[in-house]
Amino acid sequence: MSHTPKATIRKFIVDNFLFGETGDLKDNTSFLEEGIIDSTGVLELIDFLEETFQISIADDEIIPENLDSLDNLEKFLSRSTINS
Amino acid sequence: MCGIAGILNFKTPEDKIPLLSSMLASLQHRGPDSAGIFTQGPAGLGSVRLSIIDLSGGNQPIHNEDKSIWLVFNGEIFNYPELRTLLISMGHQFYTQTDTEVLVHLYESFGTGMFAHLNGQFAFALWDTRTRALLLGRDRLGIRPLFYHLHHQRLIFGSEIKALFADKTISRELDSQSLSDIFCCWAPVGKATAFKNIFQLPPGHYARFSSQGLSIHQYWEIPGPVQETKKSTDQWVEELNELIIDAVRIRLRADVPVAAYLSGGLDSTYITALVKRHFNNRLKTFSVGFSDPAYDESHFQKKAVNFLGTDHQETSCSHGDIGEIFPEVIFHAETPLLRTAPAPLMHLARQVKRSGLKVILTGEGADEIFAGYNIFKEDKVLRFWAKFPESQIRPRLLEKLYPYIFSQNNARATKYLETFFKKGMDHLDSPTASHRTRWENTSHTHTFFSKDFLSTPFNLEHFIQRFIPFLPDGFMARDPLSRAQYIEQKTFLPNYLLSSQGDRMSMAGSIEGRYPFLDHRVVEFAATLPPHLKINGMTEKYILKKAAGNKVPRKIINRPKQPYRAPISPAFLGTPRQEYVRLLLSETAMNETGYFDFKKTTRLVEKCRHQNGALLSERENMALVGILSTQLLHDLFIRHQPQKNQISSQKITITQNKETPVHVPHTQGNHSKIHCG
Repeated sequence: MSHTPKATIRKFIVDNFLFGETGDLKDNTSFLEEGIIDSTGVLELIDFLEETFQISIADDEIIPENLDSLDNLEKFLSRSTINS
Repeated sequence: MCGIAGILNFKTPEDKIPLLSSMLASLQHRGPDSAGIFTQGPAGLGSVRLSIIDLSGGNQPIHNEDKSIWLVFNGEIFNYPELRTLLISMGHQFYTQTDTEVLVHLYESFGTGMFAHLNGQFAFALWDTRTRALLLGRDRLGIRPLFYHLHHQRLIFGSEIKALFADKTISRELDSQSLSDIFCCWAPVGKATAFKNIFQLPPGHYARFSSQGLSIHQYWEIPGPVQETKKSTDQWVEELNELIIDAVRIRLRADVPVAAYLSGGLDSTYITALVKRHFNNRLKTFSVGFSDPAYDESHFQKKAVNFLGTDHQETSCSHGDIGEIFPEVIFHAETPLLRTAPAPLMHLARQVKRSGLKVILTGEGADEIFAGYNIFKEDKVLRFWAKFPESQIRPRLLEKLYPYIFSQNNARATKYLETFFKKGMDHLDSPTASHRTRWENTSHTHTFFSKDFLSTPFNLEHFIQRFIPFLPDGFMARDPLSRAQYIEQKTFLPNYLLSSQGDRMSMAGSIEGRYPFLDHRVVEFAATLPPHLKINGMTEKYILKKAAGNKVPRKIINRPKQPYRAPISPAFLGTPRQEYVRLLLSETAMNETGYFDFKKTTRLVEKCRHQNGALLSERENMALVGILSTQLLHDLFIRHQPQKNQISSQKITITQNKETPVHVPHTQGNHSKIHCG
């Protein structure tokens, strides 16, 4: 069982937005394109990231380039962790 | 207001009275005052009546002079005095004072051309003994319901589906295609209902049924906008004011007092103001508030009451109230729902009934015909933004449009939310562009269906391809706003708003709703308006706000549009716990029905419980209500026979006529008056 940040986020996405169904969730699947996260779901994701990884996400960082897929999240998280 | 039912059997002789009695029993809430049955040869018609016009003399079925035409009727013909005068001048003789009777004489004189003369909300069935044909008719907007089931040469119809299910030979089964459509656009498409082989007569249509079979014809369509007009805004406003005053005037025709709902919004306040100002200075009004402040509009309701000075009663609805009455809501709505908003309206209708009133005016329809909903402005913003997609300013209009989405915490996620809406920009050339985001968002609820029930994953493109044939010729020549309004007026308005929130909830309290904005003259007027008089800049219902002027408090005219909503997940999973929710979402119940994935549903419920009975997401709320209401529908209509009441045989007036063979030429269209002695 992997506990990389990506695996942790994947589990959160599957549990919280896909209600247990992994389906076609790939590392580069766009949450917005596939409708996995809706307009209010993004806030749940931010809460989760801030609590789980003990980071603080600035408003201007809440953009699809940072948050819209597992790959994007992994890159964003590594930058955030380095900067914090 | 009434309920109607009937059986036409051209195949085999059938004793129709016992079944008609059962059908009427299931409709008793629609007409508690009297009941009548007529049978002749292949035909059997029945009616239960809520007496509003000609209280003592209007028992149905109603017939013409020589009793060759018989009719059962649900609804009101508001221009019946004018039609009565016309028909008397043409030589017809009336034996009642009812609006019902004008229908039989209109039919005699105009055949199916009769519909053009009617201003009303109605569903009726007319048996013509001379042609041995049944005519079913339904009002233009679909205010009154009419359902049917056809098997070989036998047609059975009724005001509600539960009347059809009184016939135990009809199988009771949910239709997977309809459920799929409901979990996308909130209602079945076209003539479909949630149940297999049960259909509705579409609004603005009539049907003929004879030994030759069933044929369905459209008699009315929403007109497109006028391309060029020299009318000034003031002229449009004046014309609208005159039309609405007249629409209100004829809707006050009743032999019982008429009251009004006050929601705290512009539409109902304006209607109430017109009644007070022009017709009845001692008007009673009613409103419903919520104990949950997030949904409560009492503040604006009080403002309206103080301004208008009506004799007002308010009732309040808690989370627990909604949860408690929801099974009854589904019993009356007869369809899965994705929202709980009908529940408080049932609560309110019962309050009105307890006050001894039967008829209520409401502001329904104004948001559809004058473009009040955000879905119309969203389409406008997207089209404006699409002209300069890189603009940083244009998408900020979305914040103005959805302040409750972009507000507070969400303000942080503005860029992300803009991208969410921007997806719609890729499809602006599609005839259904305006509704795509809503349909797509709603259709994510599909992920909860079990694979055994819906084996093919939902595909929005396939749904849109099935939907497009329902649009009229020349649809793309209409402006984008008219297109969006057309779709809303053909799907959401009749099949959700006027049924689940309108007719079915008011009738659950034996109350008749009347809707001045849905007078077809007002609807046609609104459809021909230039778009800028409906949405001006970002001001919705612009012309209506102009017309309301000094008749409605400024604070109500200028308040931000608040969609009418009711609490969802706390009503079912908060406190107090609703036992039926636990039972219907149990593994046993869910496996028995097989519609939804039990494990996923359980995770949804757990997520909700984890957040103290509150779900964050719109679509999760819709999924919860959709699943629960479908489970309820199964329990109430499929697992059990949906029959609540019996009706005493002494209460039913039965007329049994023998068929006398009369040879008359078969007529399909208009025919002139047949002189009756």
